Amino acid sequence: MLKKLDQIEKGETGLVRSVEGDGKVRRRLFDMGVTPGAKVTLRKKAPFGDPIEVTIRGYELSLRKAEAMLVNIEVEDAK
Amino acid sequence: MKRFALAGNPNSGKTTLFNSLTGATAHVGNWPGVTVDKREGTYRKLDEPIYIVDLPGIYSLSPYTPEEVISRNYVLDEKPDCVINIVDATNLERNLYLTTQILEIDVPVVVALNMSDVVRKNGDKIDAKALQEKLGVPVIEISALKQENLDTLMQEAVKASNKARKGSTIIEDKSLLHLISDVQIAFELKGIENPLFHAIKLVEMDELEVKMHPEAVETVNKFKATFKNDTFGSDFEALIADNRYEHIAKNYATAFEKANKGEQKEQLSKSDKIDKVMTHRIWALPLFVVIMFFIFHVTFSEDVLFLNRIFGLEITHEGWINYFTGMGAEFDEVTGELVPLGGIPSLGVWLQSWFGWLTGSLIDWVGSWMPAGQWYTSLVCDGILTGLDAVLSFVPQIMILFLFIAILEDSGYMARVAFILDRAFRKFGLSGKAFIPMLTGFGCSVPAIMATRTLEDEREKNRTIRLMTCFSCGAKAPIWALLAGVGAMAGFAGDIFVFTIYVGGIACAIIFALFMKLFSKDQYVSPFIMELPAYHLPQPRNVGAHLWEKFKHYLIKAGTIIAACTIVIWFLKSFGWEEGKFGLLLFEEANAETGEMEWALHIDNSILAYLGRGLRYFFYPLGPLAGGWTNSTDGWKYVVSTLTGLIAKEDVVATMAELGLEEGTIGLSLAGAYSFAVYNLFTIPCFAAIGATHGEQKGKEFWLTLLWWFAMSYGFALLVYWVGALYEVAWWGGLLVTLALAGAVTAAGIIVSRRHKVALANN
Repeated sequence: MLKKLDQIEKGETGLVRSVEGDGKVRRRLFDMGVTPGAKVTLRKKAPFGDPIEVTIRGYELSLRKAEAMLVNIEVEDAK
Repeated sequence: MKRFALAGNPNSGKTTLFNSLTGATAHVGNWPGVTVDKREGTYRKLDEPIYIVDLPGIYSLSPYTPEEVISRNYVLDEKPDCVINIVDATNLERNLYLTTQILEIDVPVVVALNMSDVVRKNGDKIDAKALQEKLGVPVIEISALKQENLDTLMQEAVKASNKARKGSTIIEDKSLLHLISDVQIAFELKGIENPLFHAIKLVEMDELEVKMHPEAVETVNKFKATFKNDTFGSDFEALIADNRYEHIAKNYATAFEKANKGEQKEQLSKSDKIDKVMTHRIWALPLFVVIMFFIFHVTFSEDVLFLNRIFGLEITHEGWINYFTGMGAEFDEVTGELVPLGGIPSLGVWLQSWFGWLTGSLIDWVGSWMPAGQWYTSLVCDGILTGLDAVLSFVPQIMILFLFIAILEDSGYMARVAFILDRAFRKFGLSGKAFIPMLTGFGCSVPAIMATRTLEDEREKNRTIRLMTCFSCGAKAPIWALLAGVGAMAGFAGDIFVFTIYVGGIACAIIFALFMKLFSKDQYVSPFIMELPAYHLPQPRNVGAHLWEKFKHYLIKAGTIIAACTIVIWFLKSFGWEEGKFGLLLFEEANAETGEMEWALHIDNSILAYLGRGLRYFFYPLGPLAGGWTNSTDGWKYVVSTLTGLIAKEDVVATMAELGLEEGTIGLSLAGAYSFAVYNLFTIPCFAAIGATHGEQKGKEFWLTLLWWFAMSYGFALLVYWVGALYEVAWWGGLLVTLALAGAVTAAGIIVSRRHKVALANN
């Protein structure tokens, strides 16, 4: 199922399909390893619900919901 | 001398490696034009000394952050003899992403595989040999922390530096490679250095590259039209980033072998366990408050754990206790009794009183050896030493505060602070990390401004520095205490007066932040895509090096710019015209009360006093009516006091006393008192804080900050005075204006939050 990264639940895992947006934000996401094919897991949300923390390529990355919105991911359907 | 550059990701152990290699030879400055740390030092364990430049920690050589541009330009333009690329072995994939870009430059490269000992300890394996073969450059396993294999690393780097190296790329896409080599050949023909690197960056449509080679953009665009890729279309930037990561995952990541392969459940590391608590949805904020309280309590509290307030200890700090605490009991001149200061001082206060006692004694001692009443005695004791004392007295508390901040940063907690608070601060255009400098501002603006170094975004840093005076620093407290007495006279509770100053300051900070955002040219929001590094124990070596840097930096400023300014103010206040003659205004005369002979400074005839009388007209609108602080009665005295406040804010009250403005003689109305307080709160802080600002801001931004401080204080004092005066004439008029202003602020808030949402959506 296709989802935006800011919409997945805690503990949910998916594969990055594409990254929207442009310029600095997009490039920064690429540089930090958010490229198509990368496995990403939502670790937790900050006390105010934003930003979020994800595990990607073996490390912890934090990003705002506004930025997570740009990342399309494919989540395995719940069995 | 050979020059090696150290490059790598943040949190890869780069700082530790640099400190281990260079030891005491390291020195820190700023890169030209920006306030990103520039560290340099010398490695002396080989036959020839080697100069080492520590490039800022980066994830990529993209053109977007000052750190990345600095690193890239340094390697391209300054041509170091070798680049030592430090790679965190526990996080191979992301670290090697930078490596693939560095390898594209025509420069010798050596990879330092750090923390391989940690990998082995975890039972995992890493094959450095295989990695070396695949990368085509030497790969040396090191431990920066345990200082293992550093000599081998340097020897290999020297060897590598003796051979020229051609850049190479790992990009595999055939048609893309074709385009890159076309551009590369064109660049080569033109004699451009590092053709491969520039060609790849141009194909990425890198901002800097497009500006440099506009003529070659045409080739890329033409090619783009014919290019087709199923996933990426013709988005080369995405395609290249993807190519890099894919290549790393396929070829390099295999060098790393996890101990227990297979479907085994992911184990929680120690860091994960700590983080479960520290960034817990409910506990994160209370924990943060407790940590902050602890730090400020240890640094600034005069009554540890409030023992005195709760149990009424009434410790007098007499006798041996006095020697221990360094705080003598206060002698009440009216009753002639020793007044207990109460409470046990915190480490910060304790050290500060000792330090103050030491510098005070030094001044007295020097003074006792010099003839009284001479200009040079006055210059040394009242000018240089007193000025330095005012600046140096901050040192103990600065150092303690920075010890904690360095620990917070080095342990990885600071990144979590930003994570926890980002949402709340973002609304005002500030970063979550701005919280710590702001809170520090209540203690002292100097360490607070220095602490803004932890803010990556220049704009957020500038805003935070400019808001700093809204947070009433400790040295301003005596002014409020003095004015509180005035408030009481006007039938207004003194504690409410002081409370409104502190709370009003915070409210103004929010309002100012709102307006800064409202009037900023673009509504750009800096991205918050940040690594949360694994927690680790702070390294004493790193923390120590950090503290030493701050200390050195502060001392240099104190000895140069701050000392010079202090001497100028001393001259202005000590020299002037008396009985038609220009000279030093120190006279020996009988004290009016005790009848004893003593030296007195006739400050009311000084150049400063004349300046004050002149400048009064400039400040005139801030309180011209009866009860205002710039009217003809005592106006110049208040003006002079605010000027000497530039040496240290404590001097405002001291100068007022020297000029005869004390609790009984201050004739300010409530509006006048508020106007004076507001001016002193928001205005340009002391020279020490200006020095700190100069360390963090360059050129135009620095002057803009001074202008902002002055304009804010003038404008706000003006507003407060006239609204206050209106209240005194007709309360309903004052209320009406207040409501109108509150409405304007609310409107600004609504506009900003709307624009914020739009900006986020556009990002």
